[in-house]
Amino acid sequence: MNAIFRALRALPTLLKVGVAEAVAYRAEFVIWLLTTTMPLVMLALWSEVAREGGPVGGFTGADFTAYFLASFIVRQLTGCWVAWDMNREIREGTISMRLLRPIHPLAAYAADNAAVLPMRLVLSLPIALAALYFAGRDHVTHDPAMLGLFCVTVAGAWLLSFSIMSIIGSLAFYIDSTLAVADLWFGLFFILSGYFVPIRLFPGWLQAAADALPFRAMLGLPVEELIGMQTRASALRGMAIEWAWVLTCWTGAVVLFNRGARKYSAYGA
Amino acid sequence: MIQVTELHKHYSVHRRPPGLWAAFRSVVRRPTEIVKAVDGISFSIEAGERVGFLGPNGAGKTTTLKVLSGLLFPTSGSALVAGHVPFRRETAFLRQITLVMGQKQQLLWDLPPSETFELNRALYEIPKTQFHETLAELTELLDLERVSKVPTRQLSLGERMKCELCAALLHRPKVLFLDEPTIGLDVSMQSALRGFVRAYNERFGATVLLTSHYMDDVLALCPRVIVIDKGRLRYDGKLADLTHTLRPEKRVAVRLSRAIEAADLDRFGKLTERGPDRVVFQVPQDALRDRVARVIAELPVADMTIEDPPLEEIMRDLFAAPASP
Repeated sequence: MNAIFRALRALPTLLKVGVAEAVAYRAEFVIWLLTTTMPLVMLALWSEVAREGGPVGGFTGADFTAYFLASFIVRQLTGCWVAWDMNREIREGTISMRLLRPIHPLAAYAADNAAVLPMRLVLSLPIALAALYFAGRDHVTHDPAMLGLFCVTVAGAWLLSFSIMSIIGSLAFYIDSTLAVADLWFGLFFILSGYFVPIRLFPGWLQAAADALPFRAMLGLPVEELIGMQTRASALRGMAIEWAWVLTCWTGAVVLFNRGARKYSAYGA
Repeated sequence: MIQVTELHKHYSVHRRPPGLWAAFRSVVRRPTEIVKAVDGISFSIEAGERVGFLGPNGAGKTTTLKVLSGLLFPTSGSALVAGHVPFRRETAFLRQITLVMGQKQQLLWDLPPSETFELNRALYEIPKTQFHETLAELTELLDLERVSKVPTRQLSLGERMKCELCAALLHRPKVLFLDEPTIGLDVSMQSALRGFVRAYNERFGATVLLTSHYMDDVLALCPRVIVIDKGRLRYDGKLADLTHTLRPEKRVAVRLSRAIEAADLDRFGKLTERGPDRVVFQVPQDALRDRVARVIAELPVADMTIEDPPLEEIMRDLFAAPASP
């Protein structure tokens, strides 16, 4: 518990330094933002399908617009790529410097990742929110309770995304490279989270699988909450599943990291 | 302060011959062998000591430092540093130690070092007054006023190394593990760094364990040396005793006011260097007084110095000798 309080006390400085680092890579940051615009591509694609052939599985063109704009916003808030950093630092030995500091490296990685959120929000959120307001404001939930649930779900989605990326990153202590594992994960994520196709368009058995696995909680659930496709009861049920996954994956990440650190060779450092 | 008992650290290393066929074979068959980087060493270091940790490349010096600083989990044996088992990396332990590696850095690459200093203040929970006091002191001693505000990537190696040292000492650690801290630095910077480490040790009573290939670092800083080779302890004791044991001779270097025939010189000692106006003899310690008197009386001496053989030569002799089982 002390370790958590220490990390929280150091958090403002960690975030401040993280923001300063994010700002230092201005050009790279803007280019990176462009790589997160896949939901906008899917928006154009599915809207056109709905416009030409009529509603798809009950989704109209406006539904698709609202869904994928909300997807873009949620992805900006919850996207996490720490597995790449961990994989590189463990292989090259530069994680040594993190291990020598009196804060758990996972807490430091979490702060690094959280620190890029303000930049992402400043650059992309106003545009996305304005687009959502003008193109699909009728779809955005007006239920304050649902908006509250949305905030908690997004926080859970970020934590879940970070924990799973940490698990994949920690595997670098055990195997030579974890990038293929990350690719495999993202392949499943893009399909089962609702990133490419709304989960409601899936066959029933696949929807059930997406509900039980952590994928939907990381994107589809908060998106559906924001655009009013969830009832309070279903949102609460989804959130319970989400936080159970958060707890499981975070514990798994910490255990895997701590055990993996015993295998660390610190080559090159 | 540091207690090491029968410490072992073994690595499993994959070896394969070069070539495409070997690359394909390694997909299905990956033979490994065990490399004993540290092979059962024991020593202890008292608080406030400055100890040189010496050995040829691959001797296990850096591996030992990494075990002692908590980076590596030992294969067997035990280590205690400031009363802590290093690998547990407890906060109380990490706040008492620092590891400076000449080729690796903790400075944030794209930000000025001052940002790393501030980050360390938060992580080590250094009280603000102490932080500003220590930082001001280190800034003055290491002359960091200008460089601490320039992005790290734009600093020279020497400037970066000074900032590394500052970042590593802000929390006033009680144990300093210094791994090649002067590597790549020019002579004056090396000297300044040595002076600084010595001053820090004397002021805070810090324990220093130093590895370096520059014997000047060891001579200037370490009254005691621990020598390891192939992961095993070869010597642990005073540097002066090591010198006297392995090379009981002194070097007597003489600058002559005129050239002398070589035949006239052998009677003063073993001639190890000879130039037109400079000669160096190797003289047994017990005969030193007598020989020096004779040199002064019988040769046209313009200048003379008496010194121990270079530490590099002593180390070479030590590593050339077979290790005791």
